[in-house]
Parts: sequence; C-alpha cells; structure tokens
Amino acid sequence: MFSSLLTDLVRQSLAGLRLLLVMTVLLGVGYPTAVWAAGQAFGDHADGSPVRLDGEVVGSRLLGQQFEGDEWFLPRPSANDYDTLASAPSNLGPLSTDLIASIRERKAVVAAREGVEESEVPADAVTASGSGLDPHISLAYAELQARRVAAANGLSVDAVERLIEENTQGRGLGFLGEPGVNVLELNLAVAAAGGD
Amino acid sequence: MSDTLGGLLTIALLLALLAAVYVPLGDYMARVYTSTTHLRVERAVYRLSGVNPAAEQGARSYATSVIGFSLVSVVVLMVIQQGQAALPMDRDLPGVPFWMSFNTAVSFVTNTNWQSYAGESTLGFTAQMAGLAVQNFLSAAVGIAVAVALIRGFVRSRSGALGNFWVDLTRGTIRVLLPMAFVAALLLVAGGVVQSFSDSTMPTLAGHSQVLTGGPVASQEAIKELGNNGGGFFNANSAHPFENPTAITNFLEIFLILVLPVALTRTLGTMLGSRRQGLAVLGVMGVLWSVSLAVTTWAEVGAHSPAAQVAGAAMEGKETRFGEWATALFAVATTGTSTGAVNASHDSLTATGGGTVLVNMMLGEIVPGGVGAGIYGILVMAILAVFVAGLMVGRTPELLGKKISARQMTYVALYTLTTPALVLVGTGIAISRGSTADAMGNPGGHGFSEVLYAFTSAANNNGSAFGGITVTSDFFQIMLGLAMLIGRLLPIVLVLLLAGSLAEQGKVPVTAGTLPTHKPLFVGMLVGVILIMTGLTYFPALALGPIAEALV
Repeated sequence: MFSSLLTDLVRQSLAGLRLLLVMTVLLGVGYPTAVWAAGQAFGDHADGSPVRLDGEVVGSRLLGQQFEGDEWFLPRPSANDYDTLASAPSNLGPLSTDLIASIRERKAVVAAREGVEESEVPADAVTASGSGLDPHISLAYAELQARRVAAANGLSVDAVERLIEENTQGRGLGFLGEPGVNVLELNLAVAAAGGD
Repeated sequence: MSDTLGGLLTIALLLALLAAVYVPLGDYMARVYTSTTHLRVERAVYRLSGVNPAAEQGARSYATSVIGFSLVSVVVLMVIQQGQAALPMDRDLPGVPFWMSFNTAVSFVTNTNWQSYAGESTLGFTAQMAGLAVQNFLSAAVGIAVAVALIRGFVRSRSGALGNFWVDLTRGTIRVLLPMAFVAALLLVAGGVVQSFSDSTMPTLAGHSQVLTGGPVASQEAIKELGNNGGGFFNANSAHPFENPTAITNFLEIFLILVLPVALTRTLGTMLGSRRQGLAVLGVMGVLWSVSLAVTTWAEVGAHSPAAQVAGAAMEGKETRFGEWATALFAVATTGTSTGAVNASHDSLTATGGGTVLVNMMLGEIVPGGVGAGIYGILVMAILAVFVAGLMVGRTPELLGKKISARQMTYVALYTLTTPALVLVGTGIAISRGSTADAMGNPGGHGFSEVLYAFTSAANNNGSAFGGITVTSDFFQIMLGLAMLIGRLLPIVLVLLLAGSLAEQGKVPVTAGTLPTHKPLFVGMLVGVILIMTGLTYFPALALGPIAEALV
C-alpha cells in the first residue's frame, strides 16, 4: 500500500509540476505585464508618482524624505531615516522604556525648536511611522512649524499657512482615513515662494 | 468631520459593499465549482499539464494531489529564489540563502506569507512576480478547493468522490482570482500603487540620495489581499506608501481581504441547498469579528498603553494617512482572515490591541478565516459543536444530514489539536533557548508575546508578525517553516479524509429530534464552543504575554 501511495505521489507531483509551469507563464508573466500595460493609462502613477523641480525628479509625492534645518518643514521621526531600501517601523512595544524615553526626548526637542509647550506637540511629531517613509504630517504638526519656516525663508506666517492649506490632503472621499499635509510638496511650495 | 464619525462610516461602507457582493459573488463561485463545462483556456491548461479533468478523486487521491502539488511548488520556489541572479530583472541581488529560501517558499505555498526576508533588499522582480505572486494565486485556489471538497462531502451521498483537485485549482485561479485581481490591480494603480520594472535613484529636495523603488507591485498587491496571502512586496508591507498610498487604497485592500471569505459562506449555503446555513456560519464569524473590532478600536483610538499616553495618541508604527481607526480595522481584517498583511506595526499596537489580533489568529482563522480555510475551519468547529450538543442530550450527533461518529470525531480531534500543539510546543522550545532572548526586539513580557505571535501566525498560516523579533537565524527559519508546513498540510489531509468519510455515508432524514444548525441557538452554541476551545488552549500562554502587558 505504501509503495502504491508513493507511486501515486510521484505521478501527481509531475502533473503538478507541469501545471505550475503553465500557471507561471500565465500568472507570473502574462498577468503582471497586462497590469503594467493597462496601468499606463494612469499616467505616472504606475511609475511611483514622481515629483519634479525644474524638470528633474526630486522624489515621489508618496514617499517621505529626510529634511534638516529651519528652512524646511520636518517630517515625522523615521525608524530607517527614510531609506527606501529598508522600509520599516521601530517595532518597539507599547510598554517599551526605550520608546517612552525616545518620545519624551523628541517632545522636548520639538517644543524647544518651535518655541512651544511640550503639551502642544502632536503625537505624530514624536512617533515613528509604520513604513519609515510616511509622506505626511498632521495639520497640527505643520501649523506648529509654520512660524519657524516662515522666518527662515523670509516669508510671512500667513503666506506659509496658506501653503499648508494648499498642500493638505483631506480624508479619502471625505471620510476615509485621516487628513495630512504632504511634507515634500509643502517644502517645494515653500522653496518656490521663498525663491521669488 | 470627526475621527469617530469617519471611522464608523468607513465600517458601514465596508459592510454595505460586502453585503452587495455577497449573493452574486457567492452564487457565482458555487456555479464555478459545480459547472460541468470547461473553458477553452482551462482545456489548454489540462492538456499541457497532462491531467484528465473528467476523473473523480477520492479523499486519498485528492489529498495526494494537494501534497504533491505543494511539495513541487516549494522546491520550484526555492530554486527560483536561490538562482535569482540568473533571472532577468534581478536588481543585481545575490541568491537567497538556503534556509531563508526554504522558509519563504513554504511561507508562500502554504498561504502564510510570513516575511523573514525584506522584499526590497532581498528579491529581484522576476522572483517576486514569477515566483512569489504565482503562489499567491495558487495557494489561495488550493484553500478554496479543499473547502469545496468538504462541502461536496456533505452534499454527496454513498459516493467516495470529492471532485477533481486539478479542475478545482484551475477554475478557482482562472474564473475567480485572476479576473478579480486584474480589476483590483488596476484600481490600485489608479490610486498610486507602483507597477514598473525598474528602480531609479535621485537626489532629494534636501540633497540626500533616495532610491525610487519600482517593481510589479500593484499586480502582487491585488492578489496578496484577495488571496489572503499577505506577503509584502516591501518589508513594511501595506504600511509602505507604494503598496498602499491613500486611505482609499487602504479601504480597497480591506475589502479585498474580506470579500472572498465572506462570499464563500454564501457559496457554502448555495452548494448545500440551505442558504440559511451559510448565513448562520457568517453570523458566527460576524459576532466574533465585531467583538474583536470593537476591542481593538477601543484600545487604539483610546491610546490605552503607556507609550501612547506619553505621546498623546497611539501613533507609533502607524501612518498619518490611515490613523487609528483605519489601522484597527485593517489589523482585525488581516488577522481574522489568514492574510497577515499589515498597514502598521502590530508590535507597536497597544497591549490590548496587539493581544486581540493575536487571539484572532488563535481562534483558528475563522473570523471569517482564510479563503477556503475559513470555511473548512468553521465546519470542523461546527462538527465539534454538534458533538458537544449530542453529548448533552444523549443523541448521536449529526450535521447537515450526516452522522458524526467515532471516525469523524477522530479527524476533528486531530484537526483541533494540530495547530495548538505547533504553537505551544514551538513557543516552548524557542523560549527555552538562551539565544531567543537576543532575537527578541523587546524585553520582558512583550518579547514573549513576539515569540508566541510568531508561532501562532506561522501555524495558523496568517503571516503577520510582531516584527521586532529577528527570525533570520537557522533555528527560526526551520522551526517556523515546519510550523507553517505542518500547520497547513496536516489539517488539509484531515479535512479531506473527513470529507471522504462523509461522502461515503447516506443522508440521515431530518426528524423532530434533529438539532437545527441554521438557527440562532446553534450560532450561539458554536460561538461558545469556539471561545471555550481557544480559551482553554491558549489562556496560560496569553496570560504570560499580552494579558500581563495590558494589566500594567
């Protein structure tokens, strides 16, 4: 009985191998190629939604970037310093003393930098995102940074707040997810306005 | 609009859409698996594969096909990964190390999609789309095939035949998964998910260098959710903006995760000729799912953890565009099905939120469970429930016109023991090793939770992780690989043997003494049996990890 079971297994496995090869051509080559071809209808979405400055690609509107310095709006903390070849969260647990210490430290840094009370610092400013590539910050965190960025770029606070408003993405369909400000697009707008 | 209203509307729209497709999709799938005609492309597949689509298989033959196909798939996928440098679009990456390739091959063939690899830094595009993504389709189709075989076991009378595995596999792939995945992939591209075949590097606005990672992401993302696979193209999975760019794509992905497991309960009812039975099964899943969603949302939105309290909200490991509500919804959907995709770091969820998604998997992946796996999982639990009910009143238990005797109960008992044994023994062995402490990403109780989560996820074929744990050592690659393999194939073999034994029986007529299994009483009974089984099995382990953490 055992040998007949084994013979059957070998016979079935060979049929399975042939079926797998056929399916690999259909699902592994034909399907993604068809999606790619049809996806061209959506412009540069299939290519990662690149953002250009003077014709040169400077990033993707979907991917966060590292910024330092007072002239920029700063993104959320990132567990991987916005390295797209190593997307990752911190994976620190809800009781982690390391995480709690980091959050306290970030809070103090942000409060000092923006000249506000620690209690005014929003949560997204002191927590790392799920991907390490979060392109957004909350409206609250953007508004917190407006005064500093305006001063560093020689712009009025009103002008910068208008730019924040223009670069705020609302909830999907009006109710899905959370609103957020796209940091790269906002910084591009600030740079353009400051360069005038 | 407030977060609460937005969150509640999101859930309402999700349920409305699932309700809208429930009947047409469920009945369509019933027709797919009962039709006697073959499509031209299917005939071509059968001819090229050398299988006879007209041949009926008994339990043993059907199981042999599943095992043979799975083993061949593992070997082929290992070869593809190890030899990826010879394939086109390899991104100049070397072959995947042996045990990582074993773990990943098993992971995708078993529909687990546990990630011990980081996609963007480990795999070329060909290995992803012609290796991993192919198994995304086929492993899901295998799950549905086994569920359909079990349903046939209940439907058929005095026949040992359960259908033809190759036909079920091919039809599920070509008539159900492929067209739905194609449409979903295009919707994802429209939403911003990448579908290209090259990377590019550019200087960022602030003068740093950043790689714009490309790849056939949308095509893989669509089937990853639809087929309840969950293995990310990128390490960060569906938290990555190129896999899940907006709150709308996030919603679409949650819908894709749930649509087949939910609609399959209609398929079950239609094939059984008792649609109320399908609804009763869905009711059990719905009750457990709702409780799980309520608890997780409460914990995340309420920021019920020390770290979240200090930060002001539970945003560690979450993306701004999703927020707490959509993250909790995704987390419950992905762990209640066997998907395991994540749009946030589960490791950083609050203790209660993380503990609840862990329990979701411990329930045995039946709320509403993996594609196909949820159906056969809950039917096995239903047999257990009628058995318990039969003991209470001293009657021979029966389900859907079939007598449940010692032989059936043997299969059911072995089925219900397999996964807990793998989880608890695996966790025990891992914890007893000194080196496991170094693998944990967090100290203390949460480190234990990481190990428990890993084995629960692997043995239940979910694939999500408390990602802080480092699982690249040979020990974890092999142990978790075996947990996935045994946790998938042994239950499938038992289900098929059970199906065969049911198909051989005649139908028992319904009498006044028959326990109706489509009424609220039985729904409550089944919920109770599931909770008691899970509680008795896992409470001690849970007490050491998430429960202890939540009480801090």
